[in-house]
Amino acid sequence: MTIGRREFLIGAGKLLIVTAPAAAYLEAMAAGTEIEPAYKMADHYWGMIVDIEKCIGCGNCVRADKAENGVPMEPFYFRTWVERYHIEGGWSEHPEVDSPNGGYDGFPEKYAVGDAGKSFFVPKLCNQCAHSPCTQVCPVGATFETPDGAVLVDKTYCLGCRYCVQACPYGCRYIHPQTNTVDKCNLCYHRITKGLTTACCEACPTGARQLVDLKNPKDPVHEYLRTHKIQVLKPQMATGAKVYYNGLDGSVR
Amino acid sequence: MQESLLQAVQGYMYPNEIELQWSILIVLYPFTTGLVAGAFILASLERVFNVQAVKPTYRLALLTALAFLLVAPLPLQLHLGHPERSLEMYLTPHTTSAMAMFGFIYLWYLMAVLLVEIWLDYRKEIVLLSRSTTGWIGKIYKVLTLGVDNISEGSLKVDDRVGRFITIIGIPSAFLLHGYVGFIFGSIKANPWWSTPVMPIVFLFSAIVSGIALVLLMYMATCFLKGIEIDMPCVDTIARYLLYAFLIDFSIELMDLIHRIYEADESFQSLDFMVHTRLYTSQILIQIVFGTIVPIGFLAFTQLVKLSEGARKGIYVLAGTLTLIGIFAMRWNVVIGGQLFSKSFLGYTTYKMAFATKEGLLPAIVLLLLPFVILWGLVKLLPPWHEEPAANA
Repeated sequence: MTIGRREFLIGAGKLLIVTAPAAAYLEAMAAGTEIEPAYKMADHYWGMIVDIEKCIGCGNCVRADKAENGVPMEPFYFRTWVERYHIEGGWSEHPEVDSPNGGYDGFPEKYAVGDAGKSFFVPKLCNQCAHSPCTQVCPVGATFETPDGAVLVDKTYCLGCRYCVQACPYGCRYIHPQTNTVDKCNLCYHRITKGLTTACCEACPTGARQLVDLKNPKDPVHEYLRTHKIQVLKPQMATGAKVYYNGLDGSVR
Repeated sequence: MQESLLQAVQGYMYPNEIELQWSILIVLYPFTTGLVAGAFILASLERVFNVQAVKPTYRLALLTALAFLLVAPLPLQLHLGHPERSLEMYLTPHTTSAMAMFGFIYLWYLMAVLLVEIWLDYRKEIVLLSRSTTGWIGKIYKVLTLGVDNISEGSLKVDDRVGRFITIIGIPSAFLLHGYVGFIFGSIKANPWWSTPVMPIVFLFSAIVSGIALVLLMYMATCFLKGIEIDMPCVDTIARYLLYAFLIDFSIELMDLIHRIYEADESFQSLDFMVHTRLYTSQILIQIVFGTIVPIGFLAFTQLVKLSEGARKGIYVLAGTLTLIGIFAMRWNVVIGGQLFSKSFLGYTTYKMAFATKEGLLPAIVLLLLPFVILWGLVKLLPPWHEEPAANA
């Protein structure tokens, strides 16, 4: 029998009609989210305040975070870490920065009090960006911004392609060696949706880190933002970062 | 491992940056897709722009493109933390992701352009072979006919017209395929080494350069292996196109370089230091000097001075080989180089390549040789030099 193009195309069309619903079904099965019953996403919008002037570099936050969120103990996996800046003469484009084991063990004495420089600590964590470059690039949408202002990762869906790790300007993401999926600070989403604060904020002895709810009119954050000189990290990246720093030196990157 | 990772760091890197994310496998990805796009564009010269001189390489170029295209997604697949989930890119693509579009552009290029063009071009032979060959190879030909066995004069004429149309669609598709690979890197604003709007253009022209060089070498190698006389007007023409493409490619890269040096933005000192230290061998020596300036010099020399056939052949082989090494180095410097400095611009690390691991040198070598094995099979199944005597006449 001679089969022409017409017959071939009709056959191919039939095949497509049969397979398309199957694909749609698979997609529908892949969806499905967990929703906390008593918690209303629409009522909250989360961020954090970090007060550089209050941070003493004790590393409590790093330890609390690793314990709370099962972050691997290796010195290159962190959801939050603390950096120590030292600037000779008070200003430099090339500050000296260290973060031994991410600040997990605190900081050994390195700079003498009264030397010609200034030293301070900078706690870092995911900035929960409102226009996050990491969620933009995820090929399957496994990382996403929630309506209440957190940037989360669905580790049952993440491919482990690491594109988001490349796209984060702040170095906040890593690939978890056990799950082979990306991991990052989720603002202790399992805690804050139950009315608790984050593990790092709870562990901070000086109140240098504070979880804030920008949608709550009674949250002291509004007063704080009005009365302090606030900066975010790398503002030129225009990521809509929601970790607000008080007393951030211009040399910090 | 932990110690060696930490020791590789000089200055300060964000802790999560210490482990490199993208390995040599991701270097292979733009390298192989570049070869595909370049080989296809060379093939389309004959079909669309009627450059008759390159006709002997037309089918070989298409098969080369196919062989490399089939391998292109494998390094990505191997690299994924969860390769079993890769189908999700097709089922639930995230529309703002440049990477999510890869699957679609890849499929479009494979299914709608390359396979159709090859099939149409070979259809007559496939049908004839399916009639004359027995055994399981005969069955393969039967399957390849896709059940269409009408090879009347009129039908073949339609094939030719459709084939030409597909090639015309194919050229922007090839541009898209590789320009898009450049966009994957060029659109990452967090990384100043990658983030430039010329990245897609640089990738595109370097792709054309590498594809032309590959087909030139493949053609000369197949002639050598089959004991066929090399068609000198053909290789002379290809070498000339290689030179032109190379000049455009190098000019754009130079423009980018000069712009970066002159503008000297916040990342400049960091990147400059990197190029002068960790990337000096792979960037300055291998990519720019031996992989670009030397082959351009050789190719330009053949244009200026009348050389014997033997000398020209030797120069083409040398220039082609250096070109492929140079373009590979370029991919390496983009992918690996982009991860050797901290986004804090305060520190650097080194890439230590493993050997027999999932993302080591061994799988990379296997993946680089695999297209040649596939090409060998394709050439056995669909001999590209079937019509050559007529084409040479």
